[in-house]
Formats: sequence, structure tokens, C-alpha cells
Amino acid sequence: MADRRSFLGLAAVLTACTKSSKAPSVVEQSMAPYGERAAAEASILRTATERTASVGVGSSTTPLQELHGVITPSALHFERHHAGIPKIDPAKHTLLVHGLVAQPMEFSLDDLKRLPAVTRTHFIECSGNGGGELRGVAGATVEKSHGLLSCSEWTGVPLKVLLEQAGVKPEAKWVIAEGADACRMARSIPMAKCMEDALVVYGQNGEALRPGQGYPLRLLLPGFEGNSSVKWLDRLHVTQEPAQSNQETAHYTDLLPNGKARQFSFVMDTNSVITRPSGGQKITGGAGFVEISGIAWTGNGKIKRVEVSIDGGKTWVDAALEEPVLSRSLVRFRAPWVWDGKDAVIQSRATDETGYLQPTRDEIVEARGTNSQYHYHGVKQWAVKADGSVTNV
Amino acid sequence: MCKPVFKPVFKPVLKIVLLLCAATAFAQTKYPGVGKPVAADRVKAADKTVMADGRGLPAGKGNVETGRALYKTNCAECHNEAGEGRDKQWPALVGGTGTLATKAAKKTVGSYWPYATTVWDTIARSMPYNNPGTLKPDEVYAITAFVLHLNGIVPATQELDEKSLPLVKMPNRDGFIPTVHPDVNAKR
Repeated sequence: MADRRSFLGLAAVLTACTKSSKAPSVVEQSMAPYGERAAAEASILRTATERTASVGVGSSTTPLQELHGVITPSALHFERHHAGIPKIDPAKHTLLVHGLVAQPMEFSLDDLKRLPAVTRTHFIECSGNGGGELRGVAGATVEKSHGLLSCSEWTGVPLKVLLEQAGVKPEAKWVIAEGADACRMARSIPMAKCMEDALVVYGQNGEALRPGQGYPLRLLLPGFEGNSSVKWLDRLHVTQEPAQSNQETAHYTDLLPNGKARQFSFVMDTNSVITRPSGGQKITGGAGFVEISGIAWTGNGKIKRVEVSIDGGKTWVDAALEEPVLSRSLVRFRAPWVWDGKDAVIQSRATDETGYLQPTRDEIVEARGTNSQYHYHGVKQWAVKADGSVTNV
Repeated sequence: MCKPVFKPVFKPVLKIVLLLCAATAFAQTKYPGVGKPVAADRVKAADKTVMADGRGLPAGKGNVETGRALYKTNCAECHNEAGEGRDKQWPALVGGTGTLATKAAKKTVGSYWPYATTVWDTIARSMPYNNPGTLKPDEVYAITAFVLHLNGIVPATQELDEKSLPLVKMPNRDGFIPTVHPDVNAKR
């Protein structure tokens, strides 16, 4: 009873405080077992597009213009599925490694968690990201132009460890990765990538993978086109040649003006986009200081430099890169801007550690034509109007 | 073959080879007890890989006429009666020949796909969309034969099996080149 009385007393004090300081008068929620974001933020959502009348073929995009830093909240990570999301019992899920190995091996989730784990921050980008920009149907917001891109902290085991555990043979050149989704999506991965930095991951941003990200296990190929980071991974077939699967022939090949198609393009090219101010947003309060902020990324390794223009690409200044600058991760860039309140066209362009400079759309079209719907990475610009509104141009 | 003159060289080489073998054995047991060695029958049951040269194709056969009926039951609802696709939703399986170097490029089995084995593999692993993996190998050979026939790649009398399918030469077999990075030259 004493406890109850003191609790009531505390409640009375809290009520008194509330009345005097005009703080919220009611505690709506406290210590939920799994947290929710603020109700006022609940409108920040992915946009899903189903491509066929059959459920499960389509994508959802990340509202990058609403996010801070470089990590994408797991619930907002973009998704691209070819046959929906399978329901998998993690206790029964295994990863089979076979083919050109000394001993075919099977790993349960528990097995994988016994092995030395690594945690690394990497982006995943669908190779179709920005395809609309190439076709000249430029996206009105960052989500519409670049939303098939997300970045997470991934935890798992280097693929190299699993291949060595099975005794990978010297003549092995490719690994065919297969998922447990309804279409058993499969991609052939070059051995060099498997041994360099490929991961088999079970963790995303500190917790288990989301079902839409391959729960309970996915391949994670840093900097490679998203389709090759096979979700719901349950089989790795070590071979000498690629399988020439559907997804590496009929799709995810880049058709050039001469009718030939580039195959096994994999690496996502160096790219950047300003997320604030960006299309659909409005600068409120008139002329004055506005920070220009955005994200840059490259499958080639680290971003070395990002430049920003406020005059449609005539002159450029260096933006600051927020540390740490990680390999094959999103990088946040920032540039101070004292806006004069007049119309302006703002752009960003990135350079990676190999010296590769992000090209313009025209330069990409010159090299690849307009049928090459994948691996677009052109400079994106936004128009800031005198009234503060920001639109795509 | 080894002449005596090589003998003195051979012994150290053998030693190195043995050391390498020991190192390999160590690598294989770097994390002892983690993972379960599996037997050949487990691998065989799980291994659905079909290679472009036909390795992995199961024994079986099917012809265009059988495929025509199976296609009607299993495929036409989405891909349409003659493989022309529907409502810009489900992909067309035919057409597009001669369009790849134009702005109206149309990528289909007939105009774009480089390997006939990929047609078999796509049907076997992922079709029909709402019931994938249920077609028997003979049925997959038959539907593959029909789809190739719709594209004019095989005659109406064609029967395909695990030996003949990989020999079908697709029109765009030589249409792919390996990607070289970088391919775009941006000017500062």
C-alpha cells in the first residue's frame, strides 16, 4: 500500500508539473517491447509498385530524401522481388555448399553463428535504379529517381570462410548462388568477388534480416548490383563456368546501340544525389543559410570527392565528406550555401578513389545509348525557385 | 618419363608438395566441427543447376505438339495464346527479331536469349508463376520446344531431350560481350 500511495503522490506531482510547464499531459505509451517511431513521422513510407497482376513481382523504394546520415532503417530498406517473399523456418533453413569442393557441406544458422562474424556497412542498389532518368522520365523526388538504393550495417560470415571450410578446389571460377524464393532465383558470381569481400549475412542493423531482405540468410556482395546479392540463400554451387541463368541473360544485361549487350556488369558505378533540398521539398523562411546535403556511393571502393554546383554545373565547389568514409557504403556529403532567394539549379557529382568521375546523362547516353536500362549513374539536378519550392528539372 | 638427372630436384619439390597438402588440410579444419559434411544423394536432390552446355539437365523428352497443349493450360493465361504477352505486364516470349539495335528494342526468348538451356531452366524453376517447380521434366522439354517453335527456332516436328536441347543455337547466341569498367568518359 505504501508503494501505491507513493506512486499516487508521484502522479500528483507529475500532474502539477505538467500543468505548470505545459508539457504533454498524458503519457500515451511507455517502454513498449518493440519500439514505434513518433506518430508525426508515420507518413514517411516506402512506395510499392506491383508490376503484374500476380502478387510478388515488383519493388518498393526508399524515401531517401527524408533520411539522415547513411543508414537506412530496416523497415524502409528498398525491396525488389521476382516471386514474392517466402516464409522460412530459420530452424530448418540450411546453406548447402557443393560442386568443386573437397567435401560438400551444409551449414545451419547455428553453425554459421559459431564462425567468426564480421559487421560491415554497405549499400545495396538495384541495377535498375535511375533507369527512368536514362529514358528521360526524370523522377520528381529522390525516392522516385534513386529509391532503389539503401544502406545497412550487415553482420555475417565472409563467403571465403565457407568456401574454404568445404575445401574449394583451385579450378573453381564461379559460384552459383540460389535462393529459396518461389522462383529459386539464381546468379553466378565470379570467384574473385567471393574471395574478396562477399558476405553471407544473417544480421541487418543489429537484428535479424527482415523477411524482405532474405530472412534468415542472404548473400551480400558489396558494391555489386543488388540482384546478385541473392536473398533467402540456401545453395552455393561451385563451378568453372557461369550457369547463364535467366537473371544474368534475359535480364540485368545492358543492351548497347549496336545491338550487343554487356553481360556480368555487376559493379555499381560512382553516383551521388542531393537529398536536401531536393524535389518535392520547400525551403521555408526565405533567403539565407541552407545546408546542401546528399549521399554518394560507388561499387569501386571509397568515394574520394563530391562537388556541388548551385549554377547548373557551370562552377563547382568541394563538399565535406562525413567520416568515416567507408568502402562500398553510402557517404554523406554537406556543403554550406547562403541562398540569395533567387532561382538556382543545384547538382552534385562524385569522384571515387580510382579517379572515376560521375558522368552527366548525356555522357552516359553517348557511351551506352538509351536501351541500356541498368547501371545509370548520371548527375542529378534540382531547380530551386524563388518561392523556395524545389522541383525536378 | 623422369630421367635420373631430375632426381635431386624432385625430392625438395616433393617436400614442398607435402607441406602444401598439410597446409590445405589445416585450412579445411580451421573451424573444426562447424558445418555438416553431406552425402552425394543430398546434393543430387538439391542440385537444380542447368549449365549452358546441358550439364544438369534431367533425362526426358517432349515435342512441339505436346508442348502446345501444355502451354495452353500452364502459360497462356499470362503470356497469351501465341506468346505475345499481356497488358504490358507479363513478358512477351516471341517477336523483336531485328530490333535490338533500334530504339524500339524488344527483348524476347527469340530475339535476345542466348541459350536454349536457359528457357528450360526458367520454366523448370520458376514457372508457372503461381505453381513453380511442379512441371515434370518431360513437360518442360515439351513447353520449351513449343516456345522455341513459336519463335521459328525449331520446326513443328521437333522433339527435344537432354542431348538435343543444348545443341539448339539461339539467334542471339553471339549477342553478349563481357562488361569492361569504366565505359563512360566524363569530362571535367
